Amino acid sequence: PMEFLSLICLFRRHGQESQRERIKQELYGFNKTVEHGFPHQPSALGFSPSLQLLAIGTRSGAIKLYGGPGVEFMGLHDENAAVTQVHFLPHQVSGCSTHVGSTLSHSPFTLATEIIFFGDMAKLSYYKKNTNNCYFIVPEDYGGRRSLEHVESLQENPVNPRQVLIGYGRGLMVIWDLDSQSAVTHIPATQQLESVWWTEDGGHVLSSHSDGSYCRWKVAGDDPQSEQEKSEVPYGHFPCKAISKIIQLPTEQGPPFLFLSGGMPRASYGDRHCISVIHSKTHVALDFTSRIIDFFVIRDGPYHTGEPSALVVLVEEELVVIDLQTEGWPVIQTPYLVPLHCSAITCSHHVSAIPLKLWERVLSAGALQNTHYSKKPWPMTGGQNLAPDPPQRDLLLTGHEDGTVRFWDASGVCLYPMYKLSTAGVFLTDSDPNDNLNQGTEGEWPPFRKVGCFDPYSDDPRLGIQKIHLCKYSGYLTVAGTAGQILVLELNDEAAEQTVEATVADLLQGQEGFRWKGHTRLEVREEPVTFPPGFQPFALVQCQPPAVVTALTLHSEWKLVTFGTSHGFGLYDYQQKNNVLVRCTLNPSDQLAMEGPLSRVKSIKKSLRQSFRRIRRSRVSLRKHHVNNAAKLQQANARLEAELAEMELAPVQRKIEPRSPDDSFTGLVRTLYFADTFISDSSHNTPSLWAGTNGGSVFAYQLRLPPVERRGEDPVTAHPAKEIQLMHRAPVVGILVLDGHGSPLPEPLEVAHDLARSPDMQGSHSLLVISEEQFKVFTLPKVSAKMKLKLTAIDGSRVRRVGVAWFGSTRTDDYGESGLTVLTNQGDLHVVSLPGVKLQVQYPCIRREDVSGIASCVFTKHGQGFYLISPSEFERFSLSARCVVEPRSLVEVSSETPSTTLPRALPDGASVERR
Amino acid sequence: MNKHHRVPSNRTLSSVEVKSKFGAEFRRFSLDRSKPGRFDEFYGLLQHVHRIPNVDLLVGYADVHGDLLPINNNDNYHKAISVASPLLRLFLQRKEEADYSAFGTDSLTRPKKTVLAAVLLRPDANRKKPPVIISLPRDFRPVSSIIDVDILPETHRRVRLYKHGQEKPLGFYIRDGSSVRVTPQGLEKVPGIFISRMVPGGLAESTGLLAVNDEVLEVNGIEVQGKSLDQVTDMMIANSHNLIVTVKPANQRNNIIRSSGGGGGAASGSSGRSSDSGASFYGYFTPGAAIVTTPAHIIQNFHPEELESDEDEEDLVIEADGEALPIPRAASASCSMPSLPRYEPHLNLRSTANGALASSTGSLSTVSTPDRGLEGRSLEEDGTLITL
Repeated sequence: PMEFLSLICLFRRHGQESQRERIKQELYGFNKTVEHGFPHQPSALGFSPSLQLLAIGTRSGAIKLYGGPGVEFMGLHDENAAVTQVHFLPHQVSGCSTHVGSTLSHSPFTLATEIIFFGDMAKLSYYKKNTNNCYFIVPEDYGGRRSLEHVESLQENPVNPRQVLIGYGRGLMVIWDLDSQSAVTHIPATQQLESVWWTEDGGHVLSSHSDGSYCRWKVAGDDPQSEQEKSEVPYGHFPCKAISKIIQLPTEQGPPFLFLSGGMPRASYGDRHCISVIHSKTHVALDFTSRIIDFFVIRDGPYHTGEPSALVVLVEEELVVIDLQTEGWPVIQTPYLVPLHCSAITCSHHVSAIPLKLWERVLSAGALQNTHYSKKPWPMTGGQNLAPDPPQRDLLLTGHEDGTVRFWDASGVCLYPMYKLSTAGVFLTDSDPNDNLNQGTEGEWPPFRKVGCFDPYSDDPRLGIQKIHLCKYSGYLTVAGTAGQILVLELNDEAAEQTVEATVADLLQGQEGFRWKGHTRLEVREEPVTFPPGFQPFALVQCQPPAVVTALTLHSEWKLVTFGTSHGFGLYDYQQKNNVLVRCTLNPSDQLAMEGPLSRVKSIKKSLRQSFRRIRRSRVSLRKHHVNNAAKLQQANARLEAELAEMELAPVQRKIEPRSPDDSFTGLVRTLYFADTFISDSSHNTPSLWAGTNGGSVFAYQLRLPPVERRGEDPVTAHPAKEIQLMHRAPVVGILVLDGHGSPLPEPLEVAHDLARSPDMQGSHSLLVISEEQFKVFTLPKVSAKMKLKLTAIDGSRVRRVGVAWFGSTRTDDYGESGLTVLTNQGDLHVVSLPGVKLQVQYPCIRREDVSGIASCVFTKHGQGFYLISPSEFERFSLSARCVVEPRSLVEVSSETPSTTLPRALPDGASVERR
Repeated sequence: MNKHHRVPSNRTLSSVEVKSKFGAEFRRFSLDRSKPGRFDEFYGLLQHVHRIPNVDLLVGYADVHGDLLPINNNDNYHKAISVASPLLRLFLQRKEEADYSAFGTDSLTRPKKTVLAAVLLRPDANRKKPPVIISLPRDFRPVSSIIDVDILPETHRRVRLYKHGQEKPLGFYIRDGSSVRVTPQGLEKVPGIFISRMVPGGLAESTGLLAVNDEVLEVNGIEVQGKSLDQVTDMMIANSHNLIVTVKPANQRNNIIRSSGGGGGAASGSSGRSSDSGASFYGYFTPGAAIVTTPAHIIQNFHPEELESDEDEEDLVIEADGEALPIPRAASASCSMPSLPRYEPHLNLRSTANGALASSTGSLSTVSTPDRGLEGRSLEEDGTLITL
């Protein structure tokens, strides 16, 4: 009978389990949905005037297509090989429209990557555009002249598609007739050839050369020898760098537009990345922020043959579009591909469901910052964005190394820049914000104009933003940085001139025997500073020692900010502008905690050396890039292999030792939390502050706030209430109080704004302490262990990031559950149920070697998240089955070619032509 | 038992001849059996006769069974003098070079054959030796034990390390490596985790149960295959208060032969009082006879719930008034793994073990330095607070 009974139990449990499995499927689902930002290491640019689509290939083999805002496609080659060229084959797919998710598997167009000029010097491959298939003509050892070198350039005669201009590396150009299979004309340039351009009327050929010159040749009918009309070195006299690409486009009236890439005087400006635009008397050398990959010009008109309207330039770190039809050629702001990393991202913070009011105020503050952009709409219009309007307004805030915080509209597929906050103005730094070193002065030659926003060089690394907390209801924002600075800001629609009051928080609290070896505190400007409309700082706390701020939380209802560093934590009253509490958590024997991150001069030297090396390398690669890419790759592989072999010879070993209270950085504050709960007796709830450290300690303080009418005068007080030392001493990464129903307490002001149910204060509250190793629930007010979920002891992974999220069911609108979203150091995502702390689902997400990706992860309140896949790109993912933001785009292709050529689902998505 | 009878007869001799060996040197002298003096005087004498006044020594002697046993306090010194027959053979080692594993059963007569028996000061249960009280139990502590001998393959060894409450570091390092597995496809090289280094004087080394190049197969019952070095490191650290490592020893010559019917290989825990959380009396077997009468698997099996060996009692809470208490478990304790009962370490031992063991646990509670685990328990029961 025992066995029988247990069998029944088993069945019952099985039934419950399968029901739970069903609910789980309705709540959770893992998808990587869209990549935001600018692709890392772009290597090729393509454009289809007819489809109005832009294509970018990368060195890792990805191809991304962009049309109108929200229209995005992406594909990845199976082989991890760099894309060197991207070409659209027009009308390849006709009368056919396809829904495309995030892959190219049903791509409505064919992409040819890598048109390979045959290595055997004079042999030529040429792919033909007019039919569905590509085929190759090969002038076999043309003229037997092996000295011609490789083919550098190919151009079709714009008026006669049966003629092709072949440019050889040594300088010789040949007009080849496809029908007669013979050379029609020779153009005998003597300089090393870089690129050729056949003017639209077919009458002239332009050639650009490695010495910084370009030549114009007249193509005279059947004359076998062409005449040089003009040869010019635009930035002449002294030796110049090569002009790598030349384009000339006519205008309806007046002189043509001439675009030249490169050609700068080698000695003085050889390091600039320039495209010169010459139109009539206007001559501008657009000075870009990084290496130019490629550029093209968009033209007006139904057949895109009219006036040049916009210049689109892909540089290594951003995409810049210049409006050529507005006076002064302003830049058009890009709706996508925005360089997230214009200054390196140091932290991020996501705020879901922004109230409309705040949203509009941030938008209007941002609009005032973007007056220098062109008013013209985004010129790329291809495809249709079929994604439904985002259900809510979400903000992603990124903190940067230069002390800026950027606000992004993260509601939909396009991560759109809304507003940029700079905190540098509060402080005295080495650089004057008004001096613009690179702005061209009148009469300067070449006539430089700096364009683009990528600027990775920070004037003062202490300005770097480390933590951000925004209260979406009150518009209060707090940001904290590398040098222990904590700013409290409020949103103001008017510009204001004010002095920012600084308060010092001495976190060592008289601990003897420590000498801070890191950077100094930032110096605050004494005089009033004018702050533009937007978030304006009104209070500043400076930690002493000025170590990087490691935890930060704002409570807008109580008007309190709490902050922590590796030495302790503090509580600041931003209404009365004073410190309520400062607590030192430093272990007296922890000397390492006194080493600032920038203390070692050695490392600064090293980074300087590296950046010089990088600059030098990029110069070298500029010249050699296309010549020996393959050779370089081989070298890199060989190096990697050697390193791997070395690793095997001297294996890494790991010490097995339990954590000790004397370990370094045990006092580092990892998490801070405000809660209105039962901290000291079970009948009265009071405000409380909770802090968790790296050494597995939790400190709880009971807060006494004066009544509202006395809030400005009477002091806020904090009384120590509890200290918990977790036996396993793992870092505490999250603290959460659950109400009587087991739900997480709402955010401050959330209930006041009727956006959350009031927490249950009848049932007893519980405390959830999340350490890197386990999730542990304690009772309150008497702290006793209730239940726990172990992670590290079971599978060796550790909690890196944790968030609280609400998961709605896909089946019914009114069902949902709270849960913890967890990212481990193995790159796995987990959902842990609340209040039962049970593991619900687990998905692999990030490679465990990708430490910066794991560290950059930020969760939303609705089960989505972001992490950096490169310094410039966020991957967006969703753990929620209901809440998914992904591109839904449609591209319709109309064409005269018959519809027999339906899109083929190729194995790797793209049709890759390789011969 | 007949060996035992010889001892009193030797007592008739008035002097004990001592032959002391340090390195390659011997010294001979004699002592009065009736007035042996204190251990520290004896220790001084040894340093004197060997002319090594400032060298810290580990003193061992060969007992009548040929076991190398330590002399480190008055009790075992007197015991050594009393059983000398008539020659007392001493073996001195420098403390820093000390080879603890040398101590133990048959360590002299059959050297290096039974690593298993080489647990520090392990009394030999199987030889039905009289229950020789070498010293008071408080002078010993649990160091390690071999568990699950009856269910593991002979080539594997499951070792439990008692780190808790000790100054000694766990003291070992692990590394990546590769091992060869037999698969249906033939021999296959697979990645594995190995012990790479022992810290001299560390817990791991002092047990003698783990060695460099042993392959780590499991940590607290969880297979490490497919896990990275860092993962295994983190698992071990997360379990470090009660670390159970299953290894495949590099040296396979000392494996347990189980065929001896629970006798020869039934490795007991090391003797001494346990400081494991939850007041475990695990391994408290000084009266060796107790082991023989207790079925081996009851006290030695490794139960899965040991993974959940709870440290809850050890989380400390300091309330506002500055007093600290270990966190008790809430009455409504529902474990995150409800299918597993809470680990009650070997409390069954007290009911199943014979009287000798019960009485010995009784005497434990009177010991002057209280067991940490015990303390925790009593706190849980009567709510006494301790101050940090």
